[in-house]
Amino acid sequence: MAKRIDVNDLNVYYSKFLAVEGVSINIEPKSVTAFIGPSGCGKSTFLRTLNRMHEVIPGGRVEGQVLLDGDDLYGAGVDPVTVRSQIGMVFQRPNPFPTMSIKDNVLAGVKLNGTKISRSDADDLVEKSLRGANLWNEVKDRLDKPGSGLSGGQQQRLCIARTIAVKPDVILMDEPCSALDPISTLAIEDLINELKNDFTVVIVTHNMQQAARVSDKTAFFNIAGTGKPGKLIEFNDTTAIFSNPEQKATEDYVSGRFG
Amino acid sequence: MSATTTRLSNQASGNSTPPVRKRNSLAKGKLPKWAIWAIAAGSIIIGAAISTLTGFSVAAFAIYSAIIFLIAASVITTVVEGKRRGKNAMWTYLIYAAFIVALIPLASVLYTVLQKGLPGINSHFLFSSMNGVTGAIDNQTVANGEPVIGGAYHAVIGTLLITLWATLISVPVGMLTAVYLVEYGQGKALSKAITFFVDVMTGIPSIVAGLFAAAFFGMILGPNARMGIVAAVALSVLMIPTVVRSTEEMLKIVPNELREASFALGVRRWRTILKVVIPTAISGIASGVTLAIARVIGETAPILVTAGIASQINMNVFANWMSTLPTFIYYQILTPTSPTNIDPSVQRAWAAALLLILMVMALNLIARLVASIFAPKKGR
Repeated sequence: MAKRIDVNDLNVYYSKFLAVEGVSINIEPKSVTAFIGPSGCGKSTFLRTLNRMHEVIPGGRVEGQVLLDGDDLYGAGVDPVTVRSQIGMVFQRPNPFPTMSIKDNVLAGVKLNGTKISRSDADDLVEKSLRGANLWNEVKDRLDKPGSGLSGGQQQRLCIARTIAVKPDVILMDEPCSALDPISTLAIEDLINELKNDFTVVIVTHNMQQAARVSDKTAFFNIAGTGKPGKLIEFNDTTAIFSNPEQKATEDYVSGRFG
Repeated sequence: MSATTTRLSNQASGNSTPPVRKRNSLAKGKLPKWAIWAIAAGSIIIGAAISTLTGFSVAAFAIYSAIIFLIAASVITTVVEGKRRGKNAMWTYLIYAAFIVALIPLASVLYTVLQKGLPGINSHFLFSSMNGVTGAIDNQTVANGEPVIGGAYHAVIGTLLITLWATLISVPVGMLTAVYLVEYGQGKALSKAITFFVDVMTGIPSIVAGLFAAAFFGMILGPNARMGIVAAVALSVLMIPTVVRSTEEMLKIVPNELREASFALGVRRWRTILKVVIPTAISGIASGVTLAIARVIGETAPILVTAGIASQINMNVFANWMSTLPTFIYYQILTPTSPTNIDPSVQRAWAAALLLILMVMALNLIARLVASIFAPKKGR
């Protein structure tokens, strides 16, 4: 479990438009890395390149290398499906499958792939994943009810449970708390701290306090202006980024003097 | 402030004489509720008077009354309540009038079909064919005043079988086309071409579809290749565009987030489509398919040129001629079994028409039921 990610000089395109330019970053295993930066600076786009979700968008392509424990995700003959089963993703808005029960949602990664799983194994996996997402006690009595009946924060934790049920090495989170209230946000943040023990976690957030609370390392992305590509400005320990940044732009952003 | 209010209300309630009934000043300048009914009654009386002057007829009476009511109601409202409310009243009543006008043909059709068709509906009509029913028999029943012999069983069977086969052909073709258009072909030249030709197909006259199927099977099986399956192919030519269109619309409204969520779990595209996208859209797809069936079940011309006419029961769509309810009606009206006593044939035709309407209605109800069964579950 928990692999490292090394990105070498990555350019990300939407058709001909260069959205993110020249990113090189090393993400340690079993750590939480936060991406911060203003809207439209390409942090979500960059995150989506880490499990080849970017190319799902028509015209989306990349140049450069993304290495998962030394294996290039974009190498010749690599199946994006294999990549995605090792690098899971949690989205900005909770998106449980509306046709499935809570239990089926957790098992979605297994069942949708047509893998046979015995009933007892399935029950174990559901309990383990829901416990892992701190949701078990809230839903254990209604596993057969639809997942869309849960509250927003519960739905998001259900999506996290669904992601960890396929046992990925890395979990990517794209602003997982932006649609949630402070209590649910706190629950997710606690969860991220626990997930760190087993997984490599990368999180995009608009909330700098959240980055400071949950992450070990922080990457600051910025954009020179509309139509220009986003760039990685600074990547360092979270404490260094927030207390003693090297770049002027980082200091302006984290101190709120931006723009 | 609150003290003042309390004192005032105390005074009001302490007052022993009943308060003077005063009209709410906020409701000033409004017509009382009964006014509109009074105007309506007046319009009807005046309408009746005018229509009597010009030679009474129900249609003239209704039209005169409606026009007088429209003018009177909007003028009186304008005078009492002002210009804006006057306009509002005029448009409101115009919209009601348009609604009633739109309903008249529907109600009239239903009434006529029920009135003329109900006497012919009985178990004999439902469960026997026209096999062996000749003009002589019809003449005899009319002469003796006996119940009409001969029914539409063969046509009901034909309708069900041909429609079933048409559905079996067009649902897979149409659904797969829609899946390609939405999930794989976005922006590709092929998908644009398919969309264009599907649009063209929507406009094909049904007789052309029938001729196509007849000619196609004629080429393979020789001339006079008329049987149920040829008719089913002709109907599926008409059904496929409808199925493609409705399925496409339903697949389009499945949120992209669900596809991405599935991809991010490492699920392949075809499994995502089969297990996530289609189940999410299935209720809409099912009702779309049912409505497509309802559309083709009443086709007459393509059946006539592909399956011919039959008076006996034929359960095999791969051999011999077949009748459906529309061709049964057509044949009974155009060439009555007994040319001298057409009443039995007319009665059979109306009964069959009622049966056809009931079948289409049942299909619509089934569509709603299916949609509600397959809809994503709610509840906590």
